[in-house]
Amino acid sequence: MTRSVIGWVQAAPLALVLAGFLVAPIVMIVIVSFWGATEFSIYPAFQFDNYAFLFGSEVVWRVIGATFKYAAITWALTLVIGFTVAYYLAFHIRSQTVQIALFLVCTIPFWTSNIIRMISWIPFLGRNGIANSALIDWGVIDAPLEWLLYSDFSVILAFVHLYTLFMVVPIFNTMMRIDRSLIEAARDGGASGLQILRHVIIPLTKPGIMIGTIFVVTLVMGDFVTVRFMSGSQRANVGRLISNDIGLLQYPSAAATAVVLLATVLIVIGILLRFVNIRKEL
Amino acid sequence: MRSTGDLELVHVSKRYDDAVAVNNISHVFSEGSYVCLLGPSGCGKSTTLRIIAGHESLSDGSVVLDGHDISGLPPARRGTAMMFQNYALFPHLSVRDNVAFSLRMKGVDKAERHRAADEMLELVQMTQFAARLPAQLSGGQQQRVALARALVTKPRVLLLDEPLSALDPFLRIRVRAELRRLQRDLGITFIHVTHGQDEALALADELVVMNNAVIEQAGPAREVWNAPRTEFVARFMGGHNVLTLDSGKVAVRADQVRLGDDGLSATVTAVEYQGATVALTSVTDAGEDVLALVPEAAFFQSPRSPGDAVRLAWDTGRQHRLSA
Repeated sequence: MTRSVIGWVQAAPLALVLAGFLVAPIVMIVIVSFWGATEFSIYPAFQFDNYAFLFGSEVVWRVIGATFKYAAITWALTLVIGFTVAYYLAFHIRSQTVQIALFLVCTIPFWTSNIIRMISWIPFLGRNGIANSALIDWGVIDAPLEWLLYSDFSVILAFVHLYTLFMVVPIFNTMMRIDRSLIEAARDGGASGLQILRHVIIPLTKPGIMIGTIFVVTLVMGDFVTVRFMSGSQRANVGRLISNDIGLLQYPSAAATAVVLLATVLIVIGILLRFVNIRKEL
Repeated sequence: MRSTGDLELVHVSKRYDDAVAVNNISHVFSEGSYVCLLGPSGCGKSTTLRIIAGHESLSDGSVVLDGHDISGLPPARRGTAMMFQNYALFPHLSVRDNVAFSLRMKGVDKAERHRAADEMLELVQMTQFAARLPAQLSGGQQQRVALARALVTKPRVLLLDEPLSALDPFLRIRVRAELRRLQRDLGITFIHVTHGQDEALALADELVVMNNAVIEQAGPAREVWNAPRTEFVARFMGGHNVLTLDSGKVAVRADQVRLGDDGLSATVTAVEYQGATVALTSVTDAGEDVLALVPEAAFFQSPRSPGDAVRLAWDTGRQHRLSA
């Protein structure tokens, strides 16, 4: 066998897995997105009705806007919290044992499922929940706060809770690779703590920030469960549009929405990758 | 003669929880001299350097530069600059921005700091690489950039932490000549940490030999080489034999040992031809190894081979008593 044949054979298993489980479903979704549907049937076709409806509907635009809003706010919050946690772990904890221990502590929430972690907020945030009763007891408020639960606030709170670790891990990883003598060199050059952060640590942590950003943005944009539970079905994002369509057996419409969502996320990632070269990180 | 620009260590100690890294060191580094801190790894030489730089706090004592106690000052305000062992260049900044870093931190405007950086790059002959990133440079080039970055702050004392250890042997010899020339041109104090005694001898006006957290011996390079005070210094500097005589331990330079008809009797264990000299290793009756560097011509008049009995002699004026 020649070298090139061996090469193809070695690449074949992964290629087959990817073709079967990644490429084929996407192709299928794209095909179905052009099909037609009535109230009671789905028929193969090549028409743009689904896309025309999507882009012609003001509701859909609002939902896409909400999806971006959730993604942007969650991204900003997870970035600030994740960076701070990673910075503390990487630069303020000297002993490696403590570092690993605290890092494991960060993962404790992952010992239960997403849904349970989400739902556990409900008794805490509800009208007669712990948060409201405590605030009333302390005399901070007179009446229960209505916006704590089933609101954008609770949705974003759950997102931040669920996804901050996805920011912490890659940022911590890049920070640990920063040569400590660079920080000494910066101090030798007269940099203050903030200047070291701005001119040395943040530029060198960019690849980690970018990977974390991709994680969080794709997870939030593709999510539908969190939005449904935490908003009490009062808010929508693109993921919920898809899940509703599927619930109504409107597969062509769901497929079209999925294609639009996929394209949007890919464009966002494409833009992010223009800013930072993450290849050296992988 | 003491001058005002001297750097002085006054009873400096550094203790960690369970170890002493630097034990009550006092020393004066005179202004404008090239000093090498020499010693085996773990002897405290790097810690001493980092204490001077301000990257390590001291447990006791003080560091005085120019008549002022600088031990409480941050690194950048001490009048010292440090060149790090692995150069510690900022990988995300161009060569020019690396050199201009400290000026940027001070808030010097862009045109001015780039002008100053270019001046330094010219000094180390790196002008044509100003726009490159450190990763695009060779080790020797990175070393020069690190030097330029340290010098841009116009320090009075430049601290070099094993600056040549990352270079290949050939480059090392060339770079050390450049370091020496640069020090002479700038006229500032260089304190250079190294574990290579040939490097130290080639460079230093003054040698400070450290071991076990203390200074074993300090003085001009020739003095330390010719008259080692302790057994450790004699062995560490190399080229010396340490012998136990009735009067105590003495050091005898290997090139002063003659093979003669009378003297200390010994048995040859190895003979190595080295070109100008022949290195003859022998073991005395007391079991001590003695190295004799015999001029080639003299050796081959009466060659010896391993197993032969020889007599070793030297001028008694050439043997030095060791205090420890």
